Amino acid sequence: MGRFHRHDDGTEHSHEHSHEHGDDPDHEHGDHSGYTTGSQRIEVLEAIFSENDSRADVNRKAFENNGIRALNLMSSPGSGKTTILAATLDALAGELAVGVVEGDIATDLDAAKLQGRGAQISLLNTNNGFGGECHLDAPMVSRALAGLDLPALDLVIVENVGNLVCPAEFDVGEHAKAMVYSVTEGEDKPLKYPVMFRSVDLVLINKIDLVPYLDTDVDTYIARVRQVNPNATILPVSARTGTGMGPWYDWLRAFSAAR
Amino acid sequence: MHELSLCQAIAGVVRPHAAGRRVEVVRVQVGALRQVVPESLSFCWTLVRDHQDMPGAELELELVTAEVLCRGCGRQSQIASRFSVCCPLCDSADVDVVRGEEFLVTSVDVT
Repeated sequence: MGRFHRHDDGTEHSHEHSHEHGDDPDHEHGDHSGYTTGSQRIEVLEAIFSENDSRADVNRKAFENNGIRALNLMSSPGSGKTTILAATLDALAGELAVGVVEGDIATDLDAAKLQGRGAQISLLNTNNGFGGECHLDAPMVSRALAGLDLPALDLVIVENVGNLVCPAEFDVGEHAKAMVYSVTEGEDKPLKYPVMFRSVDLVLINKIDLVPYLDTDVDTYIARVRQVNPNATILPVSARTGTGMGPWYDWLRAFSAAR
Repeated sequence: MHELSLCQAIAGVVRPHAAGRRVEVVRVQVGALRQVVPESLSFCWTLVRDHQDMPGAELELELVTAEVLCRGCGRQSQIASRFSVCCPLCDSADVDVVRGEEFLVTSVDVT
């Protein structure tokens, strides 16, 4: 597609030069190298995520005005986010008022799993009819917040779309990011998806009850996370058996109390 | 993976600066640590620009290599791997990213 040029300073440029203008008779297919006389260069220097980031700040302000702390929970598909959340809502019911923004490309299957556990659930399908978005962004979460009674809540958990790439790029107004990384995913994932692994404050290493059946161990997983993120809290858990879930609940209690 | 929506965001950044004038060139800086695929971004731009009233606007990508400053050994170096931000000299992960996370519109040419 683009033509790449490497410059002396190490930077590379791609010039996209395809001309797909159909039979437009007014369009000149001449030499563009001079960019014609009379063109004016305008300095912009504006981040492409600035619109999302300003909407994220509005969400964050809405959380703070209601005394809420918000956590953005990310992972690959099938890592156990929803199972962890279901157990978490059961454990914290009656203690913390929790709201969940449930992001899914399609279906309300996850939202249904979280119903009836004492939390408010706001479902957000990202499918707009043309294939779903691969992540939640700040405007989407803003719409979902309309489905929650914010003054009644202490903690909001945004369950992002299962994906190790795109969600890491979008601030949704959270105060911390966490991710679930299960031992069945392969220990190379932090090296393959460093942007997400670097962005989080907490990593839950899930499905540790399966380790006896795998050619790996929890220490290897921890070491690989540490390779890209030396500072994150790392908690090995099994949402299925409940092993290690206590320290995760304590982390959430402390996080929520920090408001 | 989401280059189509990124192109819409690029057009959203450009539009107020163009203020109705014809956009000839849009220059975007992309750091190596951003999860943006340049070829995909260029392709998506050809789809998006017509719908954003910027027909024919050329997208110029400036790819910025990643550099880290190591807190362990104190040295600054360029990182070659896309998959690790560890210091290439001492292998420490305790680094500050100096360059490589850019994603911005630097300038536009209008007529």
